[in-house]
Amino acid sequence: MTTTEPRIIPMGLALNEAMDIAMGLDEKVFLLGEDIAEPSGGVYKITKGLSTKYGTHRVRKTPISEAAIIGAAVGAAIAGYKPVAEIMIMDFIAVCLDQITNHAAKIRYMSGGQTTVPMVIRTSAGAGRQFGAQHSEMLEAWAVHTPGLKVVVPSNPADAKGLLISSIFDPDPVLFVEPMLMYWDPQYACDVPVGDNRIPLGKANIVREGKDVTVISYGKQVHDAVKAAEILAGEGVSVEVIDLRTLVPLDEATVLASVSKTKRAVVVHEAVTRCGFGAELSSRIHEELFGTLAAPVARVGGQNTPVPYAKNLETAFVPQVADIVTAIKSLNK
Amino acid sequence: MATTNRPDSPDRETLVQMYEIQNKIKTTDERFRSMLTSGQIQLIYYSPRGQECISAGYAVHLRPDDYVVTIYRGLHDHLAKGVPMRELWAEFLGRSTGTCKGKGGPMHITHPDSGLVVTTGIVGSGIPIANGFGLAAQLAGTDQVTVVNFGDGASNIGAFHEGMNMAAVWKLPVIFVCQNNLYGEHTPMSMSTGVEYISERGAAYGMPAVTVNGNDPVAMWHAAGEAIARARAGEGPTLIEARTYRFYGHLMGDAMEYMPKEERKAAMAADPVPAFRAWLLENGHATEAQLAEIEDKIVAMVDDAVEFAMNSPEPSLDELYTDVYEEIIK
Repeated sequence: MTTTEPRIIPMGLALNEAMDIAMGLDEKVFLLGEDIAEPSGGVYKITKGLSTKYGTHRVRKTPISEAAIIGAAVGAAIAGYKPVAEIMIMDFIAVCLDQITNHAAKIRYMSGGQTTVPMVIRTSAGAGRQFGAQHSEMLEAWAVHTPGLKVVVPSNPADAKGLLISSIFDPDPVLFVEPMLMYWDPQYACDVPVGDNRIPLGKANIVREGKDVTVISYGKQVHDAVKAAEILAGEGVSVEVIDLRTLVPLDEATVLASVSKTKRAVVVHEAVTRCGFGAELSSRIHEELFGTLAAPVARVGGQNTPVPYAKNLETAFVPQVADIVTAIKSLNK
Repeated sequence: MATTNRPDSPDRETLVQMYEIQNKIKTTDERFRSMLTSGQIQLIYYSPRGQECISAGYAVHLRPDDYVVTIYRGLHDHLAKGVPMRELWAEFLGRSTGTCKGKGGPMHITHPDSGLVVTTGIVGSGIPIANGFGLAAQLAGTDQVTVVNFGDGASNIGAFHEGMNMAAVWKLPVIFVCQNNLYGEHTPMSMSTGVEYISERGAAYGMPAVTVNGNDPVAMWHAAGEAIARARAGEGPTLIEARTYRFYGHLMGDAMEYMPKEERKAAMAADPVPAFRAWLLENGHATEAQLAEIEDKIVAMVDDAVEFAMNSPEPSLDELYTDVYEEIIK
């Protein structure tokens, strides 16, 4: 028997390990994006050291040309490579959306399955650093609305690593949304297994078991949901927290099994509430379980505004632990 | 219409091969238009008539493992690259026997075995994707080349500029063929484009660029041959602006009121396909009997393809859900 010490590392390092492992396993894996090669290793340092290890032909610094970046990834993927393209910040997908939605997403279908696009688009997202309206959005709903794309949003370093390796070797295009605030913040660091430990897409994680209400979330808000659950445990409310991990494919079975048990559900995300993924999830729960619910499904999400700059306004935009607590309590009225 | 007489013209076999491709495109197009006009078939159709020599001129230099990317007006590129006639017709007609099982349609013809890897309906967007094929060849160390076709209108969209720059910076083995038919949809180039020649834009990216008469098969053959040889040798991309004319407007049913009648009449009078046929005969590169045999063979091929497509079933309804992902996700 060997015992291993827990290895507490931040998400930024876990993501780096995932790409390192994938590139070591398969020479068809390569990375492209703005500034990702040495000496900077990307503006967030997520690809630090990889161009030194694998060469600048496999860790490719690009012009500031998002459509060209994604287009090159699409073509190379069809030709048999497994590109991992970095779009520095999620708001920038607006300038390459044609390549993502009209091409990466649809080419398998339009070709009748003759050509496929096994690629990953990694992008950082989320508010909280006062980057203003064009560097802070969570836009996963755009991608979920496009058949052909898979959408992953990890909530912790171990999941980020396991899900990214799976995404790189997935046969379909994956939009991999990395909560920016979690990259290097030690409060989000966790034990990450060494080596090629993959987490399958489409498998939710029950983070905390409970019996009175189910909170369904993904990304950074999973941590807020757990904090809300801890607060309410002190008041005698037992909260189950589900981390979806992937929005497409969606682990609907785990969600429905949980809500069948608790009969109450709250969906939580940072993206604006209107037409956010929570609307889809709420609707699906209602369609399947309407007659058995003790209360309508509640949604907690960002305000229906651009992300503001001033600290107090930005904080008011982002859903907080107190908002989740309030939403859960409202179901018991 | 002038076909250049040069001592270094392609050999007879290549010249006849180019004519065969041109005639195949012309004959196929004529059949589509007659069947659409008579109401036998209904589909969205962008005629390539008038642009045949461009595709023929580059295609004879290519191997099956070279890649071609094209756009919704792509029938000439599909046929030139060798997409089989039967599967092509079946796809245009939305049948299960089509290249894409009837799920892509004329704007998305894909046939990897022929190297026809992408047909896109979005102006200019094939350009960045072509770079990906070029990058794949460069990474793998093969000498495969990629030819990406687009119109003059596409040279005004961002994807063109991003893609041209990246190809130049990375020295990708990609040949950018701008089939300049003088109109972007319903707008003449003079009203949409700040340069007289699209090839002027090559300088902005440090990319070799040339303007060629796209209706002169020999001139086109030379320009394509030089660019393809350079790409195969690892010397990077080339922009070829091939000047031509669209005989039937933007799409089938277009009233073409924005195209001056005299201009169109003159272009059609100078139809490059019969002109090349006459040139071949005058210069002793082919005999009447030889060309007639080719033409008869192509008519029979189109007859066969039409019959095949018309008698093929539509896709089964299950096909709605397949090929979205590798596995069905609802």
